[in-house]
Amino acid sequence: MKKVLVLGATSAIAQATVRLLAARGASLYLVGRNAENLDAVAKDAATRGAAKVESKAVDLNDFAVHEALVDGAFQALGGLDGVVLAHGVLGDQAEAQRSWTATEAVLRTNFLSAASLLTVLANRFEAQKAGTLVVISSVAGDRGRQSNYVYGTSKGALTVFLQGLRNRLAKSNVAVVTVKPGFVDTPMTAHLPKNKLFASPEKVARGLLSAADARKNEVYVPGIWALIMLIIKSIPESVFKKLKL
Amino acid sequence: MKSLESWGRYPQVEQRTQALTWRSDALPQVSGSVLPHGLGRSYGDSCLNGGGTLLLTSGLDKLIAFDAATGVVRCEAGVTLDTLLRLAAPRGWFLPVTPGTKYVTVGGAIANDVHGKNHHRGGTFGRYVRRFELVRSDGSRRVCAPDENPDWYGATIGGLGLTGLVTWAEVQLKPISNPYVLQETVPFGNLDEFLVVARESEADHEFTMAWVDCLARGKKVGRGLLYRGNFAPPQFDGLPLAKSHLSHGIGLAVPMDMPAFCLNRLSVSAFNWLYFHRQNGKPKQRLTHYDPFFYPLDAIYAWNRIYGSRGFLQFQCVVPYSTARDALKDILERSSRGGLPSFLSVLKTFGDLPSPGWMSFPRQGVTLAMDFANRGEKTYRLVEELDRVTREAGGAVYPAKDARMSPESFAEYFPRRAEFAGYIDPAFSSSFWRRMNPVAMPFSLESERASGAPHPKSLLALR
Repeated sequence: MKKVLVLGATSAIAQATVRLLAARGASLYLVGRNAENLDAVAKDAATRGAAKVESKAVDLNDFAVHEALVDGAFQALGGLDGVVLAHGVLGDQAEAQRSWTATEAVLRTNFLSAASLLTVLANRFEAQKAGTLVVISSVAGDRGRQSNYVYGTSKGALTVFLQGLRNRLAKSNVAVVTVKPGFVDTPMTAHLPKNKLFASPEKVARGLLSAADARKNEVYVPGIWALIMLIIKSIPESVFKKLKL
Repeated sequence: MKSLESWGRYPQVEQRTQALTWRSDALPQVSGSVLPHGLGRSYGDSCLNGGGTLLLTSGLDKLIAFDAATGVVRCEAGVTLDTLLRLAAPRGWFLPVTPGTKYVTVGGAIANDVHGKNHHRGGTFGRYVRRFELVRSDGSRRVCAPDENPDWYGATIGGLGLTGLVTWAEVQLKPISNPYVLQETVPFGNLDEFLVVARESEADHEFTMAWVDCLARGKKVGRGLLYRGNFAPPQFDGLPLAKSHLSHGIGLAVPMDMPAFCLNRLSVSAFNWLYFHRQNGKPKQRLTHYDPFFYPLDAIYAWNRIYGSRGFLQFQCVVPYSTARDALKDILERSSRGGLPSFLSVLKTFGDLPSPGWMSFPRQGVTLAMDFANRGEKTYRLVEELDRVTREAGGAVYPAKDARMSPESFAEYFPRRAEFAGYIDPAFSSSFWRRMNPVAMPFSLESERASGAPHPKSLLALR
């Protein structure tokens, strides 16, 4: 990936990924909501060796701007061969259970806006018959659990959407890489008590990029989550529904 | 709550933490006092805030700009010296001043106005800080430079993180033409010889420092090895120019706290003897990459764990040349007599280049750094004695390495502390600062005045 669009560039995992891409001398088009923070990430990337850095502050929940945003990225970098889609919110499960508005907000940011952007991007990449779409989903999307099924639903829907997209784009030489991190020590999880399963954003970023380089399909980062989720997925629903997860 | 300790792991305190992420954010609103905390490489309690909150700056780790033509780098305060080296060294620039570890943040280097092997030539880190932003709890933001808010600039350099949060800083790097250092080792038999060799070496060498055998007694007190060096010239001996960033440590780690019995008089004695006799008494010259030359201990991750869970106390003083010989002899003999071996002791001369920082520690003379495994009261008493000897010799003790100096000593070491106190942010404090400024009841102040007792100096800084 030499010309990369990064969506949600101020998120911790995206920032760590941006640093690795910058060190490789990639050209970057960074998108985030907060202009000041986005500028800080852009300057950091430029100083660390990115060939070119452009940035655009927009709210990705505004689907109407997606088409123009992608156009802008293609023009600014003279084409795109990679996308890292990293924007998302954790939401508050308890709040989401009380209020449809809160549930809808999580689904809108994590799934609908991603699906909208990927629709535009997939068509472009399909037409140019090249490129890598890297999308951050989550282990939470592998099975619904009472503690965070709204977030889990948004990521599960995203994972299924990506499976279909991968199937469709395989013949067009476009790689669709689904990255499923476990717990990551980021501002999104700052309020949670930390344990040994928490990985640093840097570690997730390295896993993400090596999966992108290898054009893998679905990866868990760190890898231990493949085993954990295999176990969790294999529990029969009749048992699972009684567990406190 | 994350349990955070200082590098010496003594004292242990309970405190809350709050991670910082963006330099443009306002300071977090918390109850109680706050203190910026980078990588916690200060040894004692100057990087701790018992009962309060530590503002963790390691998330403020973004670079802002680097000009490879002028060597000026601008970065956030949580950026480590390691990061700056990885950025700058391959492009022919180096830190103007570096302490013995690269795992400190730029903010920490400013707050402690750190020094290195080139103090006699280059002075302290603060001299190369062109400007920085200081954020106060009242929401104000100031750019501080020698010609812009110079008082805030002077108070913050060496100001132990108490004047507010430094969010970013601009540092002038220095050019090098080779990542290798041409290093020479010269043995010396005692303190007098050290003083001669050290002064002599300053003329032709940018870097000097000496390891001292702290267990030698009698005539051999102060024997050791002096390391001196300069960055090698370009293409020295056919070596390539600074292109790669080689030898990032040797990947050793201390995986757990070592039991206390590993470190005793015999083992330290053996280590010191071997270290000294490796040399055969002759000067030796060799070419060393800057990494092992400046950061030998960084190669062993978490080396502080060799002291076990009780940790250790570091002691670093500087004494003027006029009293250096006797005071250092006294200090070395006391620590040797005390039966509390110092694993690694370092001697170095400081030059007379002034620091912009009001509370800066380095001043002209000879500095000695030692570390002592924490054996409780016995160790505390020894370090307190060494503090007293230093004060009597007209010297100073380094707050970044201290856990035991007295408020009275602090007052003598840092004559500008009262002026400095006026610049402390009302929401900021540290365990060290409170130890140096014990709050006294007004009535005890009155009674001391009535009895004609001298006004305790530490109260001058009482806020």
